[in-house]
Amino acid sequence: MIYLELFFTFLQIGTVSFGGGYGMISLIREQVLSRNWLSETDFLNMIAVSESTPGPIAVNMATFIGASQGGLPGSVAATLGVVLPSFIIILLIAALIRNLLKYKGVQAFLSGIRPCVTGLILATATLLFFNTFLGIQQLHSPFSIDVRAFAILTVLLILQHRKKAKNPKGIPPIGLISISACLGIILYSF
Amino acid sequence: MKTYVTLFLTMLKTGLFTFGGGYAMIALLENEFVSQKKWIEKEEFLDMVAIAESTPGPIAINAATYIGYKMLRFRGALLATVGVCIPSFIIIYIISLFFDQFLSLTLVANAFKGIQVCVIYLIFSAGIKMLKGIPKTPFNIIIMTFVISAMIITSFLAVRFSTLYYILICGMCGVSMYLLKRLSKNKEDAA
Repeated sequence: MIYLELFFTFLQIGTVSFGGGYGMISLIREQVLSRNWLSETDFLNMIAVSESTPGPIAVNMATFIGASQGGLPGSVAATLGVVLPSFIIILLIAALIRNLLKYKGVQAFLSGIRPCVTGLILATATLLFFNTFLGIQQLHSPFSIDVRAFAILTVLLILQHRKKAKNPKGIPPIGLISISACLGIILYSF
Repeated sequence: MKTYVTLFLTMLKTGLFTFGGGYAMIALLENEFVSQKKWIEKEEFLDMVAIAESTPGPIAINAATYIGYKMLRFRGALLATVGVCIPSFIIIYIISLFFDQFLSLTLVANAFKGIQVCVIYLIFSAGIKMLKGIPKTPFNIIIMTFVISAMIITSFLAVRFSTLYYILICGMCGVSMYLLKRLSKNKEDAA
């Protein structure tokens, strides 16, 4: 039953992910790839859509994956799943255990989680880089360098660097996505 | 009744007009609930942000649930959470209906090849931003190095090791570290 599977997968993701939408990316990638819901390319497209539309990224990702696997009921199931743990945990904190974060044990647990989530995000980005730029998925997979991808990355890095010299916030994600869409059309069409 | 409607509409507006997820939303929520409507004290809002960031789940949902509960208890929490999700849900659902057809156009497919590069860049920068915010203690550096290398190696060797375990193991490391420190402190005190 795909709806239940979507619901419970996202329920698990919502319960154990720390650090918001980006902290969720490694968990979501692992789940959608191992369940054959999305390919690596679909996964990247999905993140692009979630980033360039309004609203919480996590909700966008859940709705998108849910819709791709089970239409409207699927997207409801996935979204409910990702939201429910947050909702319950925050209600408990707001209503009952206001100083949960002040407990030393909880602080200690979180102090281990923070570097972990940072590591997970960086590792996921590295894996995606190997896959998209070099075509390496596993140890024995053949090697193919995508020169165009490197060219786009270089342009993005230069533009962002120059913008940050003037404004520390830099170019917003949606601006970077638009720029790379144009570069993609130019470089891959010819 | 009026407060229910205002809370719901404000959350709906927040969900509709923020790009870039939780952190962008927090700035908007502060403007709405603290500066303009004065429904929540500045200090309480900052507490809320700390809670939203350190509890699991989407930061935007955590924040909405908390603010809704503070204002109108359970019903407020429900209204606020539903309100902040609805715009996302509708927009993404509509996009998903046309997305595959849209991608079958060569021009669009090529644009998305460019966008994929950008997404990897965005994930990297999110990671680097978090890295900059973490104190470079030996404990943090060891945990990060362990997670990054273990995840890359298991993936290349096609060994399945769930991300969930990394999170639990590292949380436990944090707790053990704390217990060890307390233990050695007790010993010092005794000596």
